[in-house]
Amino acid sequence: MLGGFHLIDMAVMLFFFLILVYLVSKFAWGPVMNMMQEREEYVANEIDAAEASRKEAEKASAEALERLTQTKQEAQKIIEDAKSAGVKQEQDIIASAQKEAERIKLSAQEEIQNEKDKALQALQEKVASLSVLIASKVIEKEISAQDQDKLISDYIKEVGEER
Amino acid sequence: MMEYGAPIIENVFGISWLSVNLSNVLMIIVTSAIVFILSVLGARKLQMKPTGAQNVMEWVLDFVKGIVNDTMDWKTGKQFLPLAITLFTFILVGNMLGVITTGVYDGEVWWTSPTANPGITLTLSSMVIILSHYYGIKLRGTGHYIKSYFTPVWFLFPIKLIEEFANTLTLGLRLFGNIFAGGVLLALLVTLTTTGPIGFIGGAIPFLAWQGFSVFIGGIQAFIFTILSMVYIAHKVTVD
Repeated sequence: MLGGFHLIDMAVMLFFFLILVYLVSKFAWGPVMNMMQEREEYVANEIDAAEASRKEAEKASAEALERLTQTKQEAQKIIEDAKSAGVKQEQDIIASAQKEAERIKLSAQEEIQNEKDKALQALQEKVASLSVLIASKVIEKEISAQDQDKLISDYIKEVGEER
Repeated sequence: MMEYGAPIIENVFGISWLSVNLSNVLMIIVTSAIVFILSVLGARKLQMKPTGAQNVMEWVLDFVKGIVNDTMDWKTGKQFLPLAITLFTFILVGNMLGVITTGVYDGEVWWTSPTANPGITLTLSSMVIILSHYYGIKLRGTGHYIKSYFTPVWFLFPIKLIEEFANTLTLGLRLFGNIFAGGVLLALLVTLTTTGPIGFIGGAIPFLAWQGFSVFIGGIQAFIFTILSMVYIAHKVTVD
């Protein structure tokens, strides 16, 4: 005993404590600390990833909105185009119908004129033949020699004057 | 009250000043083994999502990390974390062992707190103070280390010198005193319960109360020893 202390106890204490420090930090606290570190990094990474995906989602949403607006505009344009095309077609149809009607009207008038001319001509021919017939009948019945002479001379005179 | 002796062997190897208290040796080995086994069991099957024992381990680690962080910045402090955590767990387990049970065999106390022995606690405190000097020189240089004894004024040198020994003594003896006194009172109360029916009733309730209080003191003393060790080391290694 030295000053009341047991030196071997103290040496054993020191020895075991130093070994214990080494062993527990190697087999217990080291791994635990590594795991905590790993988790810290994992959490940080997850936060970063979440932030990135949030930004991406925002971007995608903005893009979708833009696309939607664009599509709406396109649809509007298509409708307007269709409307104007319809109006144009309508006008075309009306115009062509008017033209056709005009043409039909003209041809009908022409035909009417033709028919009229033909009828007139036929009538004239008929009138002429009838008048000749009537005249011949009248002449047969009433003409005297004197009148006959006069007629002939008149006729000759007329012909001569015409020449 | 019966007096119990200790299993002390004098004149080991025929050297007159060399002696050993076998109880201390046993309890040091038992405490170290319990600390080691508990730590390794707690560190098994480590997962990203902690469960059960891992939560306790991480709580202890965070607690000791807090002690280190309170006294110095983490960059310097992280190398002392293994020391601090082993000091804390060893002293805590050692304190608890004596509170829970005391084993007497053949008239000699074999099973008690290793920390109830001044030799053991002073070994730990001396180790801490020597480490503080070692790291003080290692991290700040010999010039700084020597200069620190003469600042702020040179005539404080004797006081600073005494301070080192005082720190060692108070650090070790505080722990020893608390645990030893707790053990003595527990032994007294146990003796009281064996005196008869009245003694049993009069002794049992204070015994339970004091046992609970000793658990509290054991935890507090482990914490105080660890934080003071870190304070002494921080005092040497940090640049003011």
